Amino acid sequence: MTETEMERAESAQSAAEAEQAIRRETHDLVVVGGGPAGLAAAQEAYDQGVEDIVILERDFELGGILQQCIHNGFGLHYFDEELTGPEYAQEFIENVAERGVDIRLNTMVEEVTDEKIVYAVSEDDGLTEIDAEAVVLAMGCRERTREALDIPGDRPAGVFTAGTAQRYINMEGKMPGEKAVILGSGDIGLIMARRMYLEGADVEAVLEILPYTGGLTRNVVQCLEDFDIPLRTQQTITEIYGDERVEGVTVQEVDKDFEPIPGTEYDIECDTVLLSVGLIPENELSEGAGVDMHAVTGGPVVDDGRETSVDGIYACGNVLHVHDLVDWVTEESMIAGRSVAKQLQGDIEVREDPIEIESTGAVSYVVPERITKADDDREKLPLYLRVYAPMDEVFVTVECGDEQLAREFERRAEPGEMITVDIDTEALADLPENRLTVDVVPKEEI
Amino acid sequence: MQGNTTIAVIGGGVVGTAITRELSKYTLDIVLLEAAPDVCTGTSKANTALLHAGFNADPEKLKGRLNVRGNELYHERIQHELDVPIEWCGALVVATDESERPKLDALLDKGRENGIADLEIVEGNRLHDLESTLNDDAIAALWAPTAGIVNPFELTAAFANNAVENEASVELNAEVTDVTAVGDTFRVETVRGDIEADIVINAAGLYADEVSAMVGVEDFEITPRRGEYYLYDKKMEVDVEHTIFPVPSEVSKGIVVTPTDEGNVMIGPNAEEVDAPTNKATTRGGLDEVLAGAQKTVPELSKDDVIREFAGLRPAIKETGDFRIQIERDDPGFINVAGIQSPGLASAPAIAEYVVDLVADLRGELAEDPTFDPQYSGPPKVRHMSHAEHAALIEENPEYGQIICRCESVTEGEIRDAINEPVGARTINAIKRRVRPGAGRCQGGFCQPRVVEILAEELGVDETDIKLEDDGSEVLIGETKELLLAESGTEVRVDD
Ligand SMILES: Cc1cc2nc3c(=O)[nH]c(=O)nc-3n(C[C@H](O)[C@H](O)[C@H](O)COP(=O)(O)OP(=O)(O)OC[C@H]3O[C@@H](n4cnc5c(N)ncnc54)[C@H](O)[C@@H]3O)c2cc1C
Ligand SMILES: Cc1cc2nc3c(=O)[nH]c(=O)nc-3n(C[C@H](O)[C@H](O)[C@H](O)COP(=O)(O)OP(=O)(O)OC[C@H]3O[C@@H](n4cnc5c(N)ncnc54)[C@H](O)[C@@H]3O)c2cc1C
Repeated sequence: MTETEMERAESAQSAAEAEQAIRRETHDLVVVGGGPAGLAAAQEAYDQGVEDIVILERDFELGGILQQCIHNGFGLHYFDEELTGPEYAQEFIENVAERGVDIRLNTMVEEVTDEKIVYAVSEDDGLTEIDAEAVVLAMGCRERTREALDIPGDRPAGVFTAGTAQRYINMEGKMPGEKAVILGSGDIGLIMARRMYLEGADVEAVLEILPYTGGLTRNVVQCLEDFDIPLRTQQTITEIYGDERVEGVTVQEVDKDFEPIPGTEYDIECDTVLLSVGLIPENELSEGAGVDMHAVTGGPVVDDGRETSVDGIYACGNVLHVHDLVDWVTEESMIAGRSVAKQLQGDIEVREDPIEIESTGAVSYVVPERITKADDDREKLPLYLRVYAPMDEVFVTVECGDEQLAREFERRAEPGEMITVDIDTEALADLPENRLTVDVVPKEEI
Repeated sequence: MQGNTTIAVIGGGVVGTAITRELSKYTLDIVLLEAAPDVCTGTSKANTALLHAGFNADPEKLKGRLNVRGNELYHERIQHELDVPIEWCGALVVATDESERPKLDALLDKGRENGIADLEIVEGNRLHDLESTLNDDAIAALWAPTAGIVNPFELTAAFANNAVENEASVELNAEVTDVTAVGDTFRVETVRGDIEADIVINAAGLYADEVSAMVGVEDFEITPRRGEYYLYDKKMEVDVEHTIFPVPSEVSKGIVVTPTDEGNVMIGPNAEEVDAPTNKATTRGGLDEVLAGAQKTVPELSKDDVIREFAGLRPAIKETGDFRIQIERDDPGFINVAGIQSPGLASAPAIAEYVVDLVADLRGELAEDPTFDPQYSGPPKVRHMSHAEHAALIEENPEYGQIICRCESVTEGEIRDAINEPVGARTINAIKRRVRPGAGRCQGGFCQPRVVEILAEELGVDETDIKLEDDGSEVLIGETKELLLAESGTEVRVDD
């Protein structure tokens, strides 16, 4: 052999050895993410008869974001009692453990292909390639950053997303600062305002660019009003300053197009800025699998079983659309689990005429986006939706042509609170057309 | 810190580290003194990262000549010796109006005079095939295939690491406060003690005028000129393949649109004089100017998918607009390497060569060190590996199986490697510069707590001591409940 031939043979050999380092497995169901969504989907799939289930979770424990939410307010709908985040998670962690589901922690899923091949890595198992019959995507979401908001200024220490600060305080027992300004009045911002305050920090203000808060009303009362923390709407941070550590922020009022109004700027001294400015469904894996994405939710487009555009790949929980209450995550993930089980057992029937669901008027999005399963065991099919702006005394309507399939009254509709409306599955049997429209209309207009 | 040395280099930017490595080829005692806790925290960390081809270089100026030589050295040596990402993506100077054509021709002529290879004018379909993101109005461009991009953080770290492997010393947290001649040596005072040096080389970037003034050379001034940038998510659909310059106008050099070595798109910089060498704030006006400028050549760009904004400061000598690299004092020898504005990065290896010649002028011929090894490679890069390669690596060391940064797929093994390099990372940003956790779309929201934990463990300090960058940039202020204890008695707060 010549030298280059030898080199080639050597590198072929080492490539072959490297191939052998990959561990190969097959499983019926792989669940990516062990938060409340992944746990509920796994539990329900098991209960419906799927036994070979693996949950892959990158963290050192199951439970997802709930593990850092040590406040109350979870489970009012699902358990009829108020639990903390970890308590809520614990119920499901025990349930999957009892069922003998294969749980792999500290395991990061790196890739999911459209053929449902899942690549995961961990210290203990190395790199594993799993050939799955079905995959449930339940990766949750990540937080929007300062950069996504395009806030200019210095880049010192002391700027955190609210969730990172929450992790530092609640899980690591460390304080991120002692004088904070919080940008964004979504639930995480509100909860963190209270957390910082209770830990002895000063919370100078919670700023919100919209004319109203993005969080649940109960959180505004329990987290801000009870502690006299000021909420300032239609204001935003237009500059962060400080050499090594944050020294303060410049705040400005905004007009109706969210443009800062010149002349309204004022400074607040602080050493910490917490950003609670929205969550982004974590869909890099979904995109890699070639799943169709929804422009408004930032998650995959799904049908009534939460199946994506790729056969056998499902999605549920915050990866699909951001939920404010974990109870709905659980409900939705059970729907996915049940649907996966039916598919794996070959007893799912597909409608010949899929029904498209459209949001109109005041509705920003509806999940699911279409109905393709002809699943006759269920009585009701819940639709989840959100509105663009707050409205008082409204009806949520679901219509098909001239027919009304559902109509529900809501005292108040807010972008921060997801609305559910149930449609009778019987009504789906005989529709004038294959298209439903969902709207939210003021009471007077009905 | 104390002792005596042949040469003290002040400043651990790309220039100081390149010089230190070049000097480590010879049998000399060398110490690099850097004020910050890491190398590459000054101008070298915030720039466009271009290895300019040199077509626009002014042969009358030192910076023009060193640019051309520097580019050659990256091609011939640096890319083979140091395991640093360099992409020869090529550059286009794009004309969007017939009136700009004569300028393209003039640039072509100038480039040919400078001896730059393979320059040509491309037009029409060929131009749009070459770079599909270009504005429809783009009519012609100067194409310079020998232009490239480099990762300036890894480059600077590699220069420093390779220098230390070749027996130079790098002292971090060692700000130089004074330099005084004592007989035929200098006493170099630092915040961590004094050393004696036969020769001092000043590569202090934005502070080069201050350091020079320490030995009484005060006939120049450094003016910081700020440039701002937007950096985009790798997954952005606007796919830029080459470095795109507009045709320079009388008033402005124009905004560059370029890929980075990691496949992000970056736009910038504008140019604005600022009052202080610490003023690296981005501004609304500056960023808007950058985006508008970038849209001239690539109109699809917007603020969507921006993952980072930042600013850098050019250390300019306004009077000459040139580098000032010269022996200022000869016994003891003091060499200024000042005014290293753009193309300082592209010129760095040539600056180093040039400075070695100056050292030889002072000391006579230098003896080569036969043990010098020019090769250096940093930690493995899991994100660039195939599944099989990654699997094999984890078998060797399981820590490469623990992913810490999900956006950039950085493992615990790589982070520990960065901390344990010859010039090891000691801060969160130092780790980010070397191996990228926190450099992706979530900007460290997910991985920062883990990086803090690993750093604290490796360094044997408390997590509350871990800094983002310089002193005072600790990210955590203490344990929970400490604030409550401190103020107990004044107010009781009820836990929920
Ligand atoms: C601060 C805060 C306060 C809240 N307050 C309330 C409240 O009061 N009441 C309420 O009902 N709800 C509340 N919620 C909402 C609720 O916690 C979420 O809706 C719920 O946790 C979403 O569940 P999930 O499983 O979809 O996502 P997550 O809980 O985020 O779980 C996703 C899991 O997937 C894992 N994962 C992601 N990518 C990968 C990968 N590539 N490989 C392996 N694993 C991966 C993650 O580590 C994580 O464990 C709150 C949320 C937050 C953040
Ligand atoms: C906006 C912008 C864009 C640019 N684009 C490009 C480009 O595309 N291509 C290119 O080739 N060049 C470019 N440049 C130029 C290039 O970045 C610089 O020329 C180069 O980084 C200068 O390196 P340096 O080592 O001289 O300076 P620095 O990196 O600033 O290093 C100087 C070091 O000295 C230290 N120091 C200062 N005072 C003391 C003291 N008293 N004691 C100890 N240490 C001290 C500092 O802490 C610092 O680390 C650009 C510059 C800017 C600002």
